Amino acid sequence: MSFLVSRIATLAITAAILFYAVPPLIGAQAWVALAILAAAAGGVAYLYLTPKHIAAKYLVPGTIFLIIFQVLPILYTFTVAFTNLGDGHRGSKQEAIAAIERESLVEIPDAPDYALTVALADDKVVFLLVDQDTKAVQVGTVEGLSKLDGAEVGVTGKVLSAPGYEIIQASERDADVQALVVPTPRGAIKSSGLSRAIELEAKRKYDAQCDCVVEGGKSWNADDARGYFVDSDGNNLIQGWKVNVGWANFTRTFSDPNISGHFLGVLIWNLVFALSSVALTFALGMAVALALHSPRMRGTRIYRTILILPYAMPSFAMLLVWRDMFNRDFGLLNRVLGTDLDWLGTPTGARLGLLMVNLWLGFPYMFLVATGALQAIPRELTEASGMDGASPWQSFRRVTLPLLLIALTPLLIASFAFNFNNFNLVRFVTNGGPYAVDNSLVGKTDLLITYTYRLAFEGGQGQLGFAAAISTFIFAIVATISTIAFRRTRAQEEVYS
Amino acid sequence: MRAIRIAGVIAAVGLVLGASACAGDTEPQAQPSKDKGNGKLEIWADPKRTAALKPFADQFGKENGVTVTVKEILADTIQQTFVTGSQQGSGPDIVVGAHDWIGNLVQNGSIDPVNLTAAQKSSFEAAALKAVTFNGQVYGAPYAMENLALIRNTELVPTAPATIEDLVKAGQDLKAAGKASEIMCLQVGDKGDAYHIYPLFASAGGSLFGATASGDPDPKNVAVGSADSVKAFTKLKDLGEKGAGALKSSIGGENSISTFTSKKCAFLISGPWATKDVKTAGIKYDISPIPGFAGGKKATPFLGVQAFYVASKAKSKALAQEFVANYVTNKDVAKALYDAEPRPPALTAAIDLVKATDPDLAKFLAAGKDGFPMPAIPEMSAIWGPFGNAEVAVVKGEDPATAAAAAQTAIVAAIKK
Repeated sequence: MSFLVSRIATLAITAAILFYAVPPLIGAQAWVALAILAAAAGGVAYLYLTPKHIAAKYLVPGTIFLIIFQVLPILYTFTVAFTNLGDGHRGSKQEAIAAIERESLVEIPDAPDYALTVALADDKVVFLLVDQDTKAVQVGTVEGLSKLDGAEVGVTGKVLSAPGYEIIQASERDADVQALVVPTPRGAIKSSGLSRAIELEAKRKYDAQCDCVVEGGKSWNADDARGYFVDSDGNNLIQGWKVNVGWANFTRTFSDPNISGHFLGVLIWNLVFALSSVALTFALGMAVALALHSPRMRGTRIYRTILILPYAMPSFAMLLVWRDMFNRDFGLLNRVLGTDLDWLGTPTGARLGLLMVNLWLGFPYMFLVATGALQAIPRELTEASGMDGASPWQSFRRVTLPLLLIALTPLLIASFAFNFNNFNLVRFVTNGGPYAVDNSLVGKTDLLITYTYRLAFEGGQGQLGFAAAISTFIFAIVATISTIAFRRTRAQEEVYS
Repeated sequence: MRAIRIAGVIAAVGLVLGASACAGDTEPQAQPSKDKGNGKLEIWADPKRTAALKPFADQFGKENGVTVTVKEILADTIQQTFVTGSQQGSGPDIVVGAHDWIGNLVQNGSIDPVNLTAAQKSSFEAAALKAVTFNGQVYGAPYAMENLALIRNTELVPTAPATIEDLVKAGQDLKAAGKASEIMCLQVGDKGDAYHIYPLFASAGGSLFGATASGDPDPKNVAVGSADSVKAFTKLKDLGEKGAGALKSSIGGENSISTFTSKKCAFLISGPWATKDVKTAGIKYDISPIPGFAGGKKATPFLGVQAFYVASKAKSKALAQEFVANYVTNKDVAKALYDAEPRPPALTAAIDLVKATDPDLAKFLAAGKDGFPMPAIPEMSAIWGPFGNAEVAVVKGEDPATAAAAAQTAIVAAIKK
């Protein structure tokens, strides 16, 4: 019965996606995508309508989600890494040219100020223009201006009626109104709002012959390697476009001394931070779990509730609270301890501070999982080792800890990967600081992720392409370390099983 | 064998679905030129302005027979959301934001110039109009201005200090008398704060960028490490923790206003946003221009301007132009926005309207009279971090020349990609 329900549900969802996706795909004339979508929907329908492929029925939904939410983002990040996508390079060359030309449109200084009335002639939008000074009425079309006789003009300059034209509200045909450009000898007349039209002249024009933008005698040539129009002095127009840059984002990591020169130092602190965070949170979490696991312990429920609290509070807010507690003159820590320590102003203080905050935030999780794992270890084992004359420390070290580690190592590796990229903690508590006086590029508590975030996004350009390349590197580092760790765990498991 | 076949089926179906999702993304959107806008206008604003804008948006909608929606976007993310949304074709027709966004919005081709008549242009405060002008084009209709000023506890200090030296002296006397624990509340923090320190830095002769021929900030000429700026950093060092003790890294954005309202310091350097807390705390206060160093230049604060922009991918661009050019220049709209958050309006007529009821307004305007519009060039965002680091270093007593040189290196490295 439940099998039937889940089957119907899966098919219904597939059908819903299909119906939802079809109209926009047809609208965009994306026939290939449409065919692929239809094929996929057919595949799913086949799978759930035949009694065969039982295992696949369970695995397909998960696999689809895995691909959509894990594999595709990784592939997308990887492809972005080969482009210069970022602020100033978001759109196509066409869009950049359009933006440059739009920016260079200036009002012709002595041109008349026109009151605008929008009208229809043969269902085509035209402008009825009244010169505010002379009150002369003209009609503007894509061909140009021509004189209009017999129009009745209101006090504000609106045309009330004109023979052969149907007057309409400009807002009814907004897109046509903005698209209409009336050519004039000096430039062109365009609408400005709903009731006014102005004569504009484009200072800069794109010339397809030389693939350049010209203004008077000056020209900017398209540089398709950088995605900019550049003049002979090397100055570029700020509107650029997205281009493929090959491996440039990756090689920059090694060739740019601002990055490669500090990479090793940051990596070492990053590793120390991630490893110590895992070790400290695990040690404390496990110690507390062991203490509460003891059969002689009373009131364990209350203790457990209290211990979970840091984990239950929103970490964003807690990070800011901790940052304020470290304040030298007004912070809680110095006041309680009676010290005058510049916690976040010295490298050691800031690093210890970060680890302390992370310990406080992270140990409840380790406590929770260690408690769970401890329940699964039979008490007879430690009792037996005690009978054999092992001290409590020996039986913990030789019996409990190895069994705990087998269960928890995957979680420890996950915790390592998380802390390796613990952006929020560093960003909110120290923002990478303190900095050495002679080095404003990289702070003493910067992780790879916070350091490269600053490089990529705080230099006036959101350099998404470069950020994607760095993400790929960090992914490679974390994946390598995790793989090695998993290998070792598997070897250990074989010893103990 | 069976396992392999199952895996094959799974992989095939999964890949196909994934690929269709992918292909769907990369295909062009439905042609927007055929879209008539359907008589709709969408405005994006941060939560504070959304409520104030709603009634006027509705009125505009009624007058023009269209539906106007005002969408609330978080203040921290609105610029990024707008740039990304615009690019994908899901952006609004109008966006409300700070003038220093303009450089970034223009380089992304996200906004269009706004064509104002000569009369409309002259209805704005000159500084506000200058702030929204970029590459010779007016890119937005300004509606509010803001700048820093010196807020003083008049119970502790009856007269405004003429120079920073006088201010420090008055603060030190209060401290010696046990009436205050800090000389001045100027937020520095662990990361530094270029915005708040800039008036003093400028008064001491420092500058961020050189100027181009047209007088705009020149990103190719970063001046943070120049000899004049080093001198300015040296003066900040003298005010710092190893000097007069007026600047401290322990006073930051999170506690500077509250330290003032709890009467631990007699001087607060802050903007119009601080007056609400100061009033709530029941402190007798006065607002005056930020004093400069004796014999130095004027302590010019940054001038920030809030403006309405027309999105270049607006679906109802004519409507949007109409709203921005003719509605934002309406003094009642400016007044409503002022009531939502008391920043001085950019419209001269609106200033006159609220001046009578709000004495602080004229004082903030006076303090910002010589204000320097915050550079709108995209490169400005490379300044904040490194400048802040240099500021913290000298406040803690480190060598100004080394700190300025390090900041210069980092800024130039960030600008030159």
